[in-house]
Amino acid sequence: MEQQYIDLYKQQHESIKKHSAAVMNDSRDDAFALFEALRFPTVALENYKYTDLKEPLSIDYGLNINRIPIPVNPYEVFQCDVPGIHSYLYFVVNDAFYPVNEPRNKALPKGVIIGSLKEVATTHPELVKNYFGKLSTTKNDGLIAFNGAFAQDGFFMYVPKNVVLDKPVQLVNIMRSDVDFMANSHNLIILEEGAKAQLLVCDHTVDEVHFLSNRVTEVFAGEDATYEHYKLENTHTKTTNLSTLLIDQHPSSNVLANVITLHNGVTRNTIEIDLDGEHCETLLCGMVIGDKNQQVDNFTSIIHNKPNCNSRELFKYVLDGMAKGGFTGKLYVAKDAQKTSAFQTNRNILLNKTAKMRTKPQLEIYADDVKCSHGATIGQLDETAKFYMQSRGIPESEARLLLMFAFTNDVIENIRIPALQDRIKLLVEKRLRGELSKCEGCVICQ
Amino acid sequence: MSTDILHEVTQGDYKYGFTTDIETDIIPIGLSEDVVRLISAKKNEPEWMLEFRLKAYRHWLTMKMPEWAHLDIPKIDYQSIAYYAAPRKNAPQSLDEVDPELLKTFEKLGIPLHERMALSGIAVDAVMDSVSVKTTFKESLSELGIIFCSFSEAVEHHPDLVQKYMSSVVPYTDNFFATLNCAVFSDGSFVYIPKGVRCPMELSTYFRINAMNTGQFERTLIIADEDSYVSYLEGCTAPMRDENQLHAAIVEIVAMKNAQVKYSTVQNWYPGDKNGKGGIYNFVTKRGICKGENSKISWTQVETGSAITWKYPSCILLGDNSSAEFYSVAVTNHHQQADTGTKMLHIGKNTSSHILSKGISAGFGQNSYRGLVKINPAAENSRNFSQCDSLLLGDKCGAHTFPYMEVNNDTSIVEHEATTSKINEDQIFYCNQRGISTEDAVGLIVNGYAKEVLNQLPMEFAVEAQKLLQITLEGSVG
Repeated sequence: MEQQYIDLYKQQHESIKKHSAAVMNDSRDDAFALFEALRFPTVALENYKYTDLKEPLSIDYGLNINRIPIPVNPYEVFQCDVPGIHSYLYFVVNDAFYPVNEPRNKALPKGVIIGSLKEVATTHPELVKNYFGKLSTTKNDGLIAFNGAFAQDGFFMYVPKNVVLDKPVQLVNIMRSDVDFMANSHNLIILEEGAKAQLLVCDHTVDEVHFLSNRVTEVFAGEDATYEHYKLENTHTKTTNLSTLLIDQHPSSNVLANVITLHNGVTRNTIEIDLDGEHCETLLCGMVIGDKNQQVDNFTSIIHNKPNCNSRELFKYVLDGMAKGGFTGKLYVAKDAQKTSAFQTNRNILLNKTAKMRTKPQLEIYADDVKCSHGATIGQLDETAKFYMQSRGIPESEARLLLMFAFTNDVIENIRIPALQDRIKLLVEKRLRGELSKCEGCVICQ
Repeated sequence: MSTDILHEVTQGDYKYGFTTDIETDIIPIGLSEDVVRLISAKKNEPEWMLEFRLKAYRHWLTMKMPEWAHLDIPKIDYQSIAYYAAPRKNAPQSLDEVDPELLKTFEKLGIPLHERMALSGIAVDAVMDSVSVKTTFKESLSELGIIFCSFSEAVEHHPDLVQKYMSSVVPYTDNFFATLNCAVFSDGSFVYIPKGVRCPMELSTYFRINAMNTGQFERTLIIADEDSYVSYLEGCTAPMRDENQLHAAIVEIVAMKNAQVKYSTVQNWYPGDKNGKGGIYNFVTKRGICKGENSKISWTQVETGSAITWKYPSCILLGDNSSAEFYSVAVTNHHQQADTGTKMLHIGKNTSSHILSKGISAGFGQNSYRGLVKINPAAENSRNFSQCDSLLLGDKCGAHTFPYMEVNNDTSIVEHEATTSKINEDQIFYCNQRGISTEDAVGLIVNGYAKEVLNQLPMEFAVEAQKLLQITLEGSVG
């Protein structure tokens, strides 16, 4: 199945490059060569043991190499604004940054650049060049290499030194196509020293066709910078979402990444956080609610390269139907990363006989003065707690819901935007009640 | 604080590093179909055994050495190893006929092979290089119907049992090293406990690689029939040599309805010198099957030796209500590497498994726990609890855990927890304050840390294991 893409690249690489930026093209051929060698990952690879991409990759997707504009009015599609949230709002349709004339975006603090990666790479080539591909090109991964060869555009955000974004930036990814469609995009987020930003990424699908999104996001958090990354996925069962989030933390930076999957088809989140400076703080959490044939694999690595850093990781899964969950949590402590403290928890609930969960916490420790632990459980709702509630007049179904909600609440509480927290609580509750099969408010669900 | 002590103690000598000067019958180095035939011929094996070996050998040719382990294994030239080495004298009929040099060896090893045996009440099958030298207490065991003999004797006298159970737990296609063993295995131990019999004494096997450039490929088969019980011990040593030696064994355990098997091992192969030169490569496949209802298999291992250890004693929980346990202490010092753990496959209903693994790393040692707990859809109400702790002594060693958990139903509970830490300065200080030297304090703490596992060992072994731990580690606090 790789062959068609290999042939496509060989024939079309000129036009792929033509519709992208020079900075992105610099590493394109190398990425393609790497992909040609590695091919798409299969379950035979240790890192992809729990992500079976055979089926989603066998679909014949179309690619928009020549960047033909796709007619869509994102505002029509996207109505599920988080009530009460004041944000800067941006859209990416498939893999292209969608320019809208959004009045509230005019208030962006001075020096902040938000826009299309392709365009910024043309207007500020030096800035992009310093960061682009610094994390992604070092990875030996077929999907990232594929992205490197085919991604032509994406989202770009730059927050200069000591600038604080007063409102969260909301990035809405919309998949829109009349035929089965594949989108490759590359996002680049740069926070300079002391900068602060919050990014909320929502994934939505519009049409009932098969979508495959292969997205690589690189984040650079400078010294003392604070960055929060929220990813909320609410797509349909025909969507394959392959998302790679690579974060590089400089000294004393503070990063929170929260990955929530409420509804999807096949999702693979590869998250790697490198702690490349002392006194970094990292909080990585996520939650999955899955049923039907949903497949979610969160593959996470936190790499402690420097001493005196703290990291905490928390992932919770509730699986029903024929859902398949996978979790890998790698904690790596390099030789001289003394005084590291790293804790990881993964808890999973299986609600029926057919749901499956595979979890693989993993500690690799090469320093001796560290405190590291991980805990993982796979089980069911607490019968005694349920019985307690029932004996006090709460119906069984309601008691179950309460318990599940309490279970997921730990993850929701780590959201630092109150309005978003309320919204997600509501969405999760609806999802658990089975009322929400697609994102509320989208055209498609009306 | 204690670099001197650390230095002193981590130099701890390998006290089993002598060679025995007895005549050995070694076949030329290298591996080919002819060698497999030669081994089979030397052992006067029946045709079906040769067929089995050849089948395995042909399959082995198609396999590649596994590379997934967290180990740095130098390239092994399988053509430079002698696959069969036997003490020259043929099987002795009584203790008097045993080569006195060999008896001295075992005495040095502290195996109670002689009359001391009667006191300690252990039946021993000693395997030197490749051949089983002497099985004591055979007569008194056979009165109960227990068969405890060398594997070759079993092939000769109990071919029906061997044919029925050999390779039923570890198929010849299982993995690279197991397949190699199937092709060239030389000897090993065979245990059969008949229905309703509780084996009155601990059965024990000692393995020793003596000759140079040889590999040891033994296989052990333990069958516990319905309502029976047996406790089996295994110990291993090797002389100090500059070259690496290969040890690829297979252990298979079958537990029928209501049967209980307890398997304990203290592995003390030569770990190489402090620069990582020499030592045994210990690539072993151990697996048990709880075939009948209510059966139980318990693995206890203390791993202090070997340059490289690649070993995952596993259990297939097939019978309903069966249970399995895995207790392990693995120590890596100097340049030792260990990738060890267990696999628990829950197939029957109401099955339970318990994993307790304690890793200790010092020097440049790399210690990994790798485990799989898999609950099949039919294994309702299954339960697993795993705990793996790592203790780091020194800043150049590593401790890693790779637990895999796969659950396929909604009535089972799987729990896993792992911690990594070093010996707390406060604990040492507390002991110092009370007049206990740092060295003793570390000994106390390490022994306390490993106690839960050591408690599982039979008495005779527990003492040896404790001593081994002390030799390798006492005082090595970073």
